[in-house]
Amino acid sequence: MTMAGNGTNGQQYVGTRTIRPDGADKVTGRARFGADYNLAGQLIGKVLRSPHPHARIVSIDTSKAEALPGVKAVITRDDFADMPSEFIPAGEMMMNYKDVTRNVMAREKALYEGHAVAAVAATSAVIAKKALKLIDVTYDVLPHVIDVVEAMQPGAPILHDDLFTVGVEPKPDRPSNVAKRVEISQGDIDAGFKRADVIVEREFKTAPVHQGYIEPHAVLATVSEDGSAEVWVSTQGHYIVRAHCARLLGMDIGKIRVNAAEIGGGFGGKTVVYLEPLALALSRKAKRPVKMVMSREEVFKASGPTSGAVVKVKMGATKDGKFVAGWAELKYQAGAFQGSPVQPGVMCAYAPYEIEHVKVVGYDVVSNRPKVAAYRAPGAPISEYAVESVVDEIAKKLGIDPIQLRMMNAAHEGTKAAYGPKFGPLGLEETLNSIKKTEHWNTPLRKWQGRGVASGFWFNIGGETCVSLTVNEDGTVSLMAGTPDIGGLRASLAAVAADELGIPYDKVRPIIGDTGSLGFNFLTGGSRSAFSGSMAIVEAAKQIKSELCARAAKLWEMKPDEIEYAGGHVKPKVASEKVTPMSLVDFAKVAGKTGGPIGGVGRINAQGAGPSLGTHLVDLEVDPETGRVTILRYTVAQDAGKALHPAYVEGQFQGGAVQGIGWALNEEYIYGADGKLQNAGFLDYRMPVASDVPKIDAIVVEVANPRHPYGVRGVGETPIVPPLGAIANAMENATGIRFTELPMSPPKVLKALKEKYGAGGAGR
Amino acid sequence: MAKHHVEAIVNGDPVEFLCETEETLLDVLRDTLHLTGSKEGCSSGDCGACSVTLDGRLVCSCLVLGCEVGGRTIETIEGMAKGETLHPLQQRFLEHAALQCGICTPGFLVASKALLERNPNPTETEIRYWLAGNLCRCTGYDKIITAVQDAAGAMRKG
Amino acid sequence: MRYEAPESVQGAVALLAAANGDARVLAGGTDLLVQMRADVVEPELIVDIKRIRETRAVTQENGGWRIGAAVTGAELKEHAPLKQAWPGVVEAANLIGSTQVQGRATLGGNLCNGSPAADSVPALIAAGAVAKLAGPHGQRDLPVEDVMLGPRTLALRPGEFVVSFLLPPRPPRSADAYLRFIPRTEMDIAVVGAGVSIAVDGAGTITAARVSLGAVAPRVLLVAEAAQAIIGSRLDDAAQERLAAAARAACRPIDDKRGTTEFRVDVAGVLARRAALIAMDRARTR
Repeated sequence: MTMAGNGTNGQQYVGTRTIRPDGADKVTGRARFGADYNLAGQLIGKVLRSPHPHARIVSIDTSKAEALPGVKAVITRDDFADMPSEFIPAGEMMMNYKDVTRNVMAREKALYEGHAVAAVAATSAVIAKKALKLIDVTYDVLPHVIDVVEAMQPGAPILHDDLFTVGVEPKPDRPSNVAKRVEISQGDIDAGFKRADVIVEREFKTAPVHQGYIEPHAVLATVSEDGSAEVWVSTQGHYIVRAHCARLLGMDIGKIRVNAAEIGGGFGGKTVVYLEPLALALSRKAKRPVKMVMSREEVFKASGPTSGAVVKVKMGATKDGKFVAGWAELKYQAGAFQGSPVQPGVMCAYAPYEIEHVKVVGYDVVSNRPKVAAYRAPGAPISEYAVESVVDEIAKKLGIDPIQLRMMNAAHEGTKAAYGPKFGPLGLEETLNSIKKTEHWNTPLRKWQGRGVASGFWFNIGGETCVSLTVNEDGTVSLMAGTPDIGGLRASLAAVAADELGIPYDKVRPIIGDTGSLGFNFLTGGSRSAFSGSMAIVEAAKQIKSELCARAAKLWEMKPDEIEYAGGHVKPKVASEKVTPMSLVDFAKVAGKTGGPIGGVGRINAQGAGPSLGTHLVDLEVDPETGRVTILRYTVAQDAGKALHPAYVEGQFQGGAVQGIGWALNEEYIYGADGKLQNAGFLDYRMPVASDVPKIDAIVVEVANPRHPYGVRGVGETPIVPPLGAIANAMENATGIRFTELPMSPPKVLKALKEKYGAGGAGR
Repeated sequence: MAKHHVEAIVNGDPVEFLCETEETLLDVLRDTLHLTGSKEGCSSGDCGACSVTLDGRLVCSCLVLGCEVGGRTIETIEGMAKGETLHPLQQRFLEHAALQCGICTPGFLVASKALLERNPNPTETEIRYWLAGNLCRCTGYDKIITAVQDAAGAMRKG
Repeated sequence: MRYEAPESVQGAVALLAAANGDARVLAGGTDLLVQMRADVVEPELIVDIKRIRETRAVTQENGGWRIGAAVTGAELKEHAPLKQAWPGVVEAANLIGSTQVQGRATLGGNLCNGSPAADSVPALIAAGAVAKLAGPHGQRDLPVEDVMLGPRTLALRPGEFVVSFLLPPRPPRSADAYLRFIPRTEMDIAVVGAGVSIAVDGAGTITAARVSLGAVAPRVLLVAEAAQAIIGSRLDDAAQERLAAAARAACRPIDDKRGTTEFRVDVAGVLARRAALIAMDRARTR
């Protein structure tokens, strides 16, 4: 089904609300996600996980497990080669394969509760589970540390004897849990504070949270006798899966073919490998396909929740409201191996604003909890929560409206960011103006209700992208992209292809190709898939159009530069009676006669990704007797550059906002003193349910990104950045209390209310 | 230990299957009957991705044993469309972009259908509370609620 | 693992008595299946009691209501006369989990799972419900407040199971209410639960009351002092304060991932008061 568009500039489908091409399969249960794939003769794989948060693995005896009837393979660290220490860019973070292999399968130590220690493949899940119980692991339990500040203390249990802090002088001679120190600065921070009329300094604390995707990790892998392999997996990056697995298993990249199944949520958490190398190693050993699916408990304990952190912020402003100095110190948990998103956290902290003097320092700290994976604008929600809270305090101290204060200091075209670049056009001011004009902003509130506003920034990325457009014999077009579709991408890409070629939307059939079908594609992350994919389609379409003009030139005995492709037809630039324009369908029918199959491949390393800025507005109510918070109303305004599909852009705003609501109010990893996770399930890891939130009004602002053919900016990540600050600011307005610790759960809120208003005073 | 032999009606068709005692209805649907539309998100009844109706009652199939459903009627997502015609809820979910990754969608559709069969004119609050057992992490629920409201209106018109 | 679905009370009793290993009773399965999946329990025998008529019936008995132990929360909600008589019990049963869970969860299972945070138990205790147990030595009655002794510890003897609950006859101008505190709006286990049943006379003075608190002690509490605090009053501000104070004083809660000790104590007082006000309002308008 299609909906005829009313786009501008010759766009018939881009900018309209088309029905997504994969929609029918998704609403009927036909779509195949990772756990929906099966192969005849497959085995079920299960993982044995460390019950200890920190322990030396002295020995592993798998003999009894191997002897159990139905068990076809058992693997341990002995089945994986050790890797040298080597940093490789992967997404917005750097990856060290020495760490990757150890996270996938522990070697010397178990570094978190849930760390994989062994795995089995058996003819049934029941037998596999029995086999795990028969594996004898001797652990030498060590003291553990989880909290980031505790992990930085001298005398804290050390996770890695070979981890020496990078980025400090003099170079340390003892190992610690601080992997690195990073810093950005511009101007002279001390001079900046001297100029300030008002200075606010605060310390904030956040707890680890999980991406919370509803689909647990799932993979099906089969290795043939000739050493080639095929994998079906729910992932945000099947080329990345291929690369990681090839390295970890010592295979040629070209010998592994990875199919991207439909993916049930990722948000950054499915950009790395957990089960895939295990399934391949088991299949290689058992010579049968192996299917592995994580339980929900395993997802919480053994995938990649984001950092818990401690953030100090100190900001200075003149009495007129000009920000003159911004300082911050970020301490982020990396989990069992280095690589927290402290670097982007540092870079984004003050990025929404033009501030002459900035200094932000960050520490990447390991501790005995799962290795952090990306979570939607990794690092930024935490640092920007802290800064947006302090901005709000400055507004109050100066008696300036919080939107006005942000407007006065908003980064814009030409602003030099403290982290390096000079910005092109930015939409922050437009989002602030949009919020100011809403009925929401102008609605009066009652006692114990509060309104909060906050803005947010995320850079977005481009990256390597390969998309093919193939014209079929009947003139339909097969579009093959290589970035898994996690939220409606195929609809946007099909619209772009249809508009570029001037053909109906439903004549474009988009699929996500496997790794054998297309050149390298970087993963779906960094808000890049619509931005880069559409760019690559423009490139591929150009190739088709140019090819068709060349063929027409031969047919019509004209020069190629006398011919153009417009309105879905190849035609002479100057109309001629001797020549009838040919549609794509016409040409498709004579493709063979005119030179062969018609198609184009866009192979690019997309550059020019533009940051997306957003402003959120929230009203909430606090029950003063219980500390319970109800979100009453929520509005998001964010700059999309150009919304290829407005409904899916709005969907990103709404989804990110609700994740932020959960992070602000109730989500957190709760560890016992024993270092074990106490809430490894959806019952006690409290994500928002439908009755917890109102409708989320979404205002799509469009300040075109001049470096994209349609003006597109990635939008997927920014929406999770402002909610933490907006809700904290609303809480301050509702209660008079500045909450500097997340989540703002009822026991904390009630305690703070009692401290401020007395035991009876907060009531009624 | 011999398996249980169970006969039931699934989406209007008689089925029979063998199952172990500990297999849930969800296990049976997905692994034995190959109806993979119902999803496993948590195995503890907290996410609703496995929602089906059992004798017309909305339940989590991960909380029902396969051997309990002898003689019972089960409706899954696969039975919601009639031939090529999508149910109004399915149609409205597509029109309102009420799905992003789509993993929770079967559960929401089954649950919403059960709601509208009982209450053809629910308020927004009633919809949200009825669907509180269906987790979505992508959409923030907004467009799902709008789609259900719109479908309810369309279905009332008949 | 065996599964049996007897069709009589005696049949169930015989199966449970004969079980050598761990036998579990299955009603709604919303706790049992979760525990089996998490390998917390591995029963050798599952006895499904849903085919036994007495566990599935809702009938009037001597002016009161007898509710089968395996009647689901959703069915209770659809039973208009029962809902009219005992709105607190019915609303409590329909706070367990989600719509899907309420489609299966039962009062019997909620009680016998042995969690002091069970939503329906404070409402049953406030209502003065009595459980009918069946076992190898025959049938006996036990007030619900005496069934759960502590977390996962029941007063049931080996081989006994709960067949039904009897709610007493309702005096005119009486009503009940159940409130719980959870951080979200749905889906959470109660951090505090308060069930209150109140009867008033023609002048609006409380003549009888029962107050029960959940999730604030190792068992669900029947707080006599809280009831005493409001009997004889018209639930004025002073009586409400006394009620809240008595509720707070009765708490012996733990600090856990759902709430701190301090929080539970404070909220117990708040919820007892709010539930009493709702029950009072319902009682006065009958």
